[in-house]
Amino acid sequence: MRTFTYVRPDDVASAVEAVAADAEARFVAGGSNLVDHLKLGVARPGTLVDVTRLGLDAIEPHEGGLRVGANVRNSDLAAHPVVRQRYPAVARALLAGASGQIRHQATTAGNLLQRTRCVYFQDVTTPCHKREPGSGCSAIEGYGRYNAILGASGSCVAVHPSDLAVALTAVDAVVVVQGPGGERRVPMTELHRLPGDRPQDDTVLEHGDLVTAVELPDSPVAGLSTYYKARDRASYAFALVSVAAAVDLDGDTVRDLRVVWGGVAHRPWRATTLEDRLRGQRLTEETIAAAADAELADAVTGADNAYKPAMVRGATVHALTGLARRAGAATTEGIDA
Amino acid sequence: MSITQEPSSRTARPIEAREMGRSVVRRDGRAKVTGTATYAAEHAQDALHAVVVQSTIAKGRVTSVDATQTLAQPGVVEVLDHTSAPRLDKTDDRELAVLQDDRVGFRGQVVAVVLAESLEVAREGAALVEVSYDTQQHHVEFTPEAATDAPEKVNAGYPTDTDVGDLDAAMAEATVTVEQTYSTPYHHNNPMEPHATIALWDEGADRPLVLHDSTQGVHPVAKTLAPLFGLEQAQVQVLAPYVGGGFGSKGLPHCHEVVAALAAKAVPGRSVKLVLTRQQLFALAGYRTATVSRMRLGADRDGRISAVGHEVLEQTSAIKEFAEQTATISRMMYAGEHRRTSHRLARLDVAVPSWMRAPGELPGAHALEVAMDELAVAAGVDPVALRELNDPPRSPEDDQPWNDRRLVDCLHRGAERFGWASRIDAPRSTLDGDWWVGTGVASATYPTYVMPGNQARVVALEGGRYRVEVGAVDIGTGAWTVLAQVAADALGCPVASVDVEIASTDLPAATVAGGSAGTSSWGGAIAAAVEQLREDHGEHPSPGAESTAGGEADPRQQEHAMHSFGAVFAEARVHRWTGEIRVPRMLGVYSVGRIINPVLARSQFLGAMTMGLGAALFEESVRDPRFGHVVTQDLASYHVASHADVHDLQVEWLDESDTLATPMGSRGIGEIGIVGTSAAVANATFHATGVRVRSLPLTADRFLAAPAELPGR
Repeated sequence: MRTFTYVRPDDVASAVEAVAADAEARFVAGGSNLVDHLKLGVARPGTLVDVTRLGLDAIEPHEGGLRVGANVRNSDLAAHPVVRQRYPAVARALLAGASGQIRHQATTAGNLLQRTRCVYFQDVTTPCHKREPGSGCSAIEGYGRYNAILGASGSCVAVHPSDLAVALTAVDAVVVVQGPGGERRVPMTELHRLPGDRPQDDTVLEHGDLVTAVELPDSPVAGLSTYYKARDRASYAFALVSVAAAVDLDGDTVRDLRVVWGGVAHRPWRATTLEDRLRGQRLTEETIAAAADAELADAVTGADNAYKPAMVRGATVHALTGLARRAGAATTEGIDA
Repeated sequence: MSITQEPSSRTARPIEAREMGRSVVRRDGRAKVTGTATYAAEHAQDALHAVVVQSTIAKGRVTSVDATQTLAQPGVVEVLDHTSAPRLDKTDDRELAVLQDDRVGFRGQVVAVVLAESLEVAREGAALVEVSYDTQQHHVEFTPEAATDAPEKVNAGYPTDTDVGDLDAAMAEATVTVEQTYSTPYHHNNPMEPHATIALWDEGADRPLVLHDSTQGVHPVAKTLAPLFGLEQAQVQVLAPYVGGGFGSKGLPHCHEVVAALAAKAVPGRSVKLVLTRQQLFALAGYRTATVSRMRLGADRDGRISAVGHEVLEQTSAIKEFAEQTATISRMMYAGEHRRTSHRLARLDVAVPSWMRAPGELPGAHALEVAMDELAVAAGVDPVALRELNDPPRSPEDDQPWNDRRLVDCLHRGAERFGWASRIDAPRSTLDGDWWVGTGVASATYPTYVMPGNQARVVALEGGRYRVEVGAVDIGTGAWTVLAQVAADALGCPVASVDVEIASTDLPAATVAGGSAGTSSWGGAIAAAVEQLREDHGEHPSPGAESTAGGEADPRQQEHAMHSFGAVFAEARVHRWTGEIRVPRMLGVYSVGRIINPVLARSQFLGAMTMGLGAALFEESVRDPRFGHVVTQDLASYHVASHADVHDLQVEWLDESDTLATPMGSRGIGEIGIVGTSAAVANATFHATGVRVRSLPLTADRFLAAPAELPGR
């Protein structure tokens, strides 16, 4: 039988030490992705370090924003009144993900650190650089409906599956990491990597690094934000493409904005070219589509994912024009999440 | 007990409905919702666990199976491969002749099985088996060009080709024509309960082989497996009291039942439990072939059809033929003097296809009913009116009279209830917010089958009670309950006075819960047995008196075209920015004879329509041609409809009784609800957007290439 050691430390330092000291050790929280991987043979840890008894499950006011413990369940975060009021994109992204049962089980940090659902990554009978570095990529020439169109490499075309990560990037969230060498803060824009020639590394985290919290800053754009997820099935489906959009408007002119795309890259794709084009502009179907096209200038598609540029452009127009309409209709009651 | 003498058979007289037609509560409902119903894998807690090792090549030979590491694992009892597994007496069916030789016919084929004391040990043991191969070039990619072989016949025994009149000449003369190609993808039956078998081999026993099996037919399993193991059918006992869905994939035994029995034979006296994982199901439990239908319809300026052509290209496995009867619907559905249909197969190095809910009718109806919608547009005729105009008075297939064709009644009732009259003819006419809105219609039909070879026993008990025995299986449809209602009315007693025993080969012979023929076939046998009881023992049989009889279909069925009909209406909304499709409402109206239990029947229709909605919008198995297996092999990547996809789903049926079909007046209802549903949705998406998508599934990306209004394009 394939056996593993299971430990459940009571404090963060012990948990970090337990993993840092053992190359075969892994953290486990809700387990909604890792347990699948254990069954499929994708992950074969020697030790599981259960972090669910570390606390880390509070949502607290923090420097004008919120500090969300790593173990806060997706369902609880989505229902939190301040999240719904001030970070509607975050609440919407959470509710667009998985199913009710999984959201009750999955944690905030676990959501960010879930792994791609590329079918080859999950099928140990096929080559996959991400699962087994050096073995090859089956997805480049294979089933590519979900494949990345931006920032992919010759070794990996997987997309990151998290909805939450996309929305958190749009509200300038920062991840608090406790590592063997101490605590540090990693902006969401820097947490996930592009694949390059190391697709096995989804993030910049080192072995033994434990996410302890996510900080949502007091953001001028987050209040008028949304998340739109395009998918075939109305629930329980990963994004074909998704858009997290957050806007600060001066009248009908964009003072500042964040637009982040999901389902198009190995990480949440902050659309900086699009943002630059739209700052100081009015949000119309034409200006948004043109800005999206500029962002998509380097997109690479194959037969199976040729639809993605048009879909993400459409979803972006839909999301941003929707926000502009809401701003026009907004009252002092604020924006309904 | 064994049946020593064949009982007499008869066509029972029609039964008066008193309990039939009532929503009698599902007899197994309480056991199921309280978790006390025992499914196949829940028996024999001390069983050894079997986990299969699957080939990682699509074609070639196994050169070695190295189980050294596996056998070193504590708890591993046995590893069987093609050199060590017990020999089968018959190996002509290559799907079932598992572990008998070194040939590999498809990727995912069973090449070894590991037996261990726990599932975890068996699973790891299977992962550690090292298999070497001599790999040959494989052909696994279905292309229409490769489909050149004409099978001798197609599924259910229909002829491969038909040709009446002169199709080409009629098409040339027709004023309005449609010539288009429609395609459907691979579909996999995904019942909730996995495919599971527990086998026990006891060499010295009267019945050496006993199976707890998740199957749609206990007797068919015994009949198929017995000769493989050199046994008489009566020497194999099969039990299946509760089955969590089958949808055809449990209708015929697949290789896992043989593997379990072989493994049991290798460890006699010890039960062996084999449960396929969701991923393994995609290679080992059957599936629906992809299909390509080249349709030709020719009509006069009013839409009166003279020509129907339906050329089908599809695939089968090189190791075993299954020819989906995709064109049969076009032989009987609509009028037309000139008609040609055909089926051609590509024989590929792939897993073995089989029955999946409404084999033939689902892909065939999709092609025909979308083509009819195109003809309606081309002729400028309303789609409901076009179908009514071409409703044939006798079956175009064989010129026989219909048993009771009421398609037009279904269309009219559906149109009325759905509000069809207010529909704007022109497509792309309604934009509601960000959604294009449209409606569509399609016809449905399914053949009325009554299977030969069904028997039932009726036993009189104390206090005016009766026990009815038939070796049928309830796969979740409600057979436990419905058969009690049938028996009660045949006996003239309350349903509460009838005990039903099913689900064992100890009981009289019964055919598969398939072909929408279960209740029709088993119910007819029950009615025959009751008549026999009356003849043998009078109106007041003493307790203990019993009679057994076989049921036979009314011979007049031979002179009639026996079918059920229906009409499906759907509304579709297509997002103008992303192409996403949602179906806010569907309505099905069916003519299916008498409904025996409205609540259970409604479930059947709703379930089938939901499955049809899944086929319309989501379901697609993607086979990677480099490897040969389906890579979308779980329910996260193979999408079936979720709750959020099903909104206002309505079903009703015509109030009728068809005693030519069965003594109950009923016809089958298990499959017709999936027929035509995908076409109704497809036609609604065309009406919404003006974009005609001719292949399933209708995914969002298909509507982005629309005459879309995305600026900057």
